[in-house]
Amino acid sequence: MTDVGAMYIGAGLAAIGIGLAALGVGNVFGSFLEGALRNPGAADGQQGRLFIGFAGSELLGLIAFVVAILILFVVRH
Amino acid sequence: MSAGKIDPMEQFQVGPIVPLKIGAYDLSFTNSALFMFVVLGLLAWFISGGLKGRLVPTRWQLAAEGAVGFIDNMVQTSIGKGGKKFAPYIFSLFFFILFANLVGVMPLAVVPGLHTFAVTSHITVTAVLAFFSFGIVLIVGLVKHGLKFFSLFVPHGAPWWLMPVIVPVEFISFMVRPFSLGLRLFVAMTAGHILLEVFGSFAVQGLNAGLNGSPIGIAVWFASMLMIIGVSALELLVCAIQAYVFALLTSLYLHDAVHLH
Repeated sequence: MTDVGAMYIGAGLAAIGIGLAALGVGNVFGSFLEGALRNPGAADGQQGRLFIGFAGSELLGLIAFVVAILILFVVRH
Repeated sequence: MSAGKIDPMEQFQVGPIVPLKIGAYDLSFTNSALFMFVVLGLLAWFISGGLKGRLVPTRWQLAAEGAVGFIDNMVQTSIGKGGKKFAPYIFSLFFFILFANLVGVMPLAVVPGLHTFAVTSHITVTAVLAFFSFGIVLIVGLVKHGLKFFSLFVPHGAPWWLMPVIVPVEFISFMVRPFSLGLRLFVAMTAGHILLEVFGSFAVQGLNAGLNGSPIGIAVWFASMLMIIGVSALELLVCAIQAYVFALLTSLYLHDAVHLH
């Protein structure tokens, strides 16, 4: 295996983290909907917390993306 | 673009429009600066339309008042008492980021020579915004509470023997805030633009191959165009969400500074 091949495999492996963050984001919104449908009156007051949870789990996926981009475009040069 | 080679990073290049060098410093007027002025102009235009103060508001005035009310509401719920004076900062932050994001995804490149530049897809810009927020949090916290501000790192109700663990963790999570704030916006915008660029190149190359008589090329072009529609819609959502999250997190951090938990 060449160095370039290993680099591309590494970037692909880093992309797995993005999928895991997708699970997290889905869980945040799914749980919110589950609670919101049980008590719609309280749902609007919790929207800020919904987006905090979204931001937290999304950030980790974005960091996985940064790692992939660093491998592809920065490490090579 | 040459066939087969896709360069997704080309669109983020900052180039000088009016070159200017003072000593060793490059102070050129770049396309990034140009689009910051475009965003500023659009924002000023939008708000000035709502400043007439008519008794019976026009639609435009309603939109501007709705925007101010939206930020006021957010500041009230997340900072609470004493948060009103931060509303102008949160307002500028939210609408600058929102307009910059939206200007960045405008499909104006169909006009030859007109290439919109996403200001927020550069970490230099988003990090400066994030450090503004972080600096305001530090200044407000230290001026208001003095050294008691550092009790932020000691959560209420935690047992004393956990302190050697909790205080460093809280300190690190506090110091990481500006980086996560800036990185989130920058990466979300960059990722969206790369995605659009990749599918756009697929569409161009697929259509080229299709016009040369390849049925697979037509299929690739069609699928890519469908994806571009979907990704563009997603990008519009992400633009709004990222601006909202940036403003929301800033106001939450300000809540910490004003009220200490």
